[in-house]
Amino acid sequence: MIDETLIPKVGVITDIRKDTPDVKTFRVVGTDGKKLFQHMPGQCAMVSVPGVGECMFSITSSPTNEEYMEFSIKKCGCVTEVIHAMEVGQQITVRGPYGKNFPVEEDFKGKDLLFIAGGIGLAPLRSVINYVRHYRENYGKVVIVYGARSKDDLVDIEEIQTEWVNEPNTEVYLTIDRPQEGWDGHVGFVPSYVKELGLDPNMTAVLCGPPIMIKFTLQGLLELGFDKSRVYTTLELRMKCGVGKCGRCNVGDKFVCKDGPVFRMTELDELPDEY
Amino acid sequence: MLKIAKERLNELYAKISETMGLFIPVNYAGEVNYKVWKEGAEVSLETLKTVKSPKNMFFPQTENMMKFKTEGKNIEIIDVRKDYKEEKPFVLFGVKACDYKAIEVLDKVFLAEPVDTYYQSRREATTIVTLACSKPEESCFCGVFGIDATAPQGDVTTWLDGEYLYWQANTEKGEALTALITALTEEGGEETVAGQRETTKAVLENLPFAKLDLSRFTPENLNDLFEAKEWEEMSEACLGCGTCTFVCPTCQCFDIRDFKTNEGVIRYRCWDSCMYSDFTLMAHGNSRTTQMQRFRQRFMHKLVYYPSQNDGLYSCVGCGRCVNKCPQRLNIVKVVKTLGGKKDD
Repeated sequence: MIDETLIPKVGVITDIRKDTPDVKTFRVVGTDGKKLFQHMPGQCAMVSVPGVGECMFSITSSPTNEEYMEFSIKKCGCVTEVIHAMEVGQQITVRGPYGKNFPVEEDFKGKDLLFIAGGIGLAPLRSVINYVRHYRENYGKVVIVYGARSKDDLVDIEEIQTEWVNEPNTEVYLTIDRPQEGWDGHVGFVPSYVKELGLDPNMTAVLCGPPIMIKFTLQGLLELGFDKSRVYTTLELRMKCGVGKCGRCNVGDKFVCKDGPVFRMTELDELPDEY
Repeated sequence: MLKIAKERLNELYAKISETMGLFIPVNYAGEVNYKVWKEGAEVSLETLKTVKSPKNMFFPQTENMMKFKTEGKNIEIIDVRKDYKEEKPFVLFGVKACDYKAIEVLDKVFLAEPVDTYYQSRREATTIVTLACSKPEESCFCGVFGIDATAPQGDVTTWLDGEYLYWQANTEKGEALTALITALTEEGGEETVAGQRETTKAVLENLPFAKLDLSRFTPENLNDLFEAKEWEEMSEACLGCGTCTFVCPTCQCFDIRDFKTNEGVIRYRCWDSCMYSDFTLMAHGNSRTTQMQRFRQRFMHKLVYYPSQNDGLYSCVGCGRCVNKCPQRLNIVKVVKTLGGKKDD
């Protein structure tokens, strides 16, 4: 059989974790029980439910995990609704990996790293954060700022509170939008929290979250003196093929599926404002 | 050079059809389009512009990609691709210079890594016989894109006049096809062809759109062109019907969808159009909400984005189909006239 990228592989869901009221994390392996394919942090995969549709999701598990892949999926459309109703043992199809990854082996090496996520925006960052934790000695200080609507909407909170906070040379700051019973942490939106924290502008920053959060957080970072060429984010547009052919995710002379989803802010400045 | 008497063309078609699928412009119910040749088909090589371009030979309007059988929680994937080379190679006959250039534009999309094997298998199984234009129409402007309508490339180039079809093989595939039909040919025709080319070139140079100025469509002007205030007015009348994208020989955007049948799920792809409002629609929003944005996307892609990705090659070949077919008389020529030349201010 000739290798055709549009023909997926069959994957099996081996574990489902309910992260928040509308986010579940699905663990997936191949029918042989092994990991479906290798990827790098920030890369995505096309997951489909035959008869319903196919969607692009970031691979939220770290490449250093040799056993399986994980996808943190928010219930927000027709495919994700069906995926959310699935049980362990259900087969789905997966193809990938697609897109450019975070430059973890190039620009990030030896740098102090700042990760800023909002809501489900943690999904692509979890992959790179865990990659950095695995090769901890290759990177400097790590600062993580993560916010969500409420404490129940913080994705992967268990892993964050039991593992990430105990990592050496790592600071974790959590925030929720409004005060809530049982929450004694910070309250407020991510952009203003970032400014309050008075972060070191020499860090390399990675932003991921809703467009409005990215816009205001970037403004805040620039006010603190961050350099746009060292701020990264990911874009999301409608995709069908995943390989720069179907035309949907075209912005300017880039295809988000192939040239992204990871972009440097200076690259985004050159693109027309249509994403 | 070889030539074949016009009255023997049916023998030529029959000969090719013995071993290969022959797709050729055929008049059917008042429209000329590429169709499989059959005895009695009303071939119309003289028709300058088929309604649809031959792109659907390689990139069909709809195409089944794979099948899924589901049982309980399990999924089986069935590959439905065919090996056209083994099954029955095709001859695509009578392709005009603009449409041939459009295949080059499509190749750069579908044959770029990772190769689209659906497209590739058809492409490799096809021998392309081009036909030089001798009676270009007013809506033609291929010359603007550096295309010579009087000498298209392809595996075989042909020229037609009142008496003969002149035949020149350019590639190995072309030689192989020539070997198949040698019995129908005679030598000669160089002078006639040279004469026809001179006459046609004089007509081409004086066509109304022959002097369109593309000089502003460069990657450096990407953002200026994107921000141009003229898009609003230019797109005002656009209905978003997508006719331009369907008749366009270079438009290649597609959708992938699933279709439930009694024997499982068929995943197919079909032509799609950036002119449609749900083209970019996502669960959480739409990156292009107005028809102006969609209209702008189509022309920016053809004249700026695609060339920027492909060493300056434009994704328009000047076939003029959109000029003839847009119900609102909008077209790429108006866009080029409005934004293409040097700005005075």
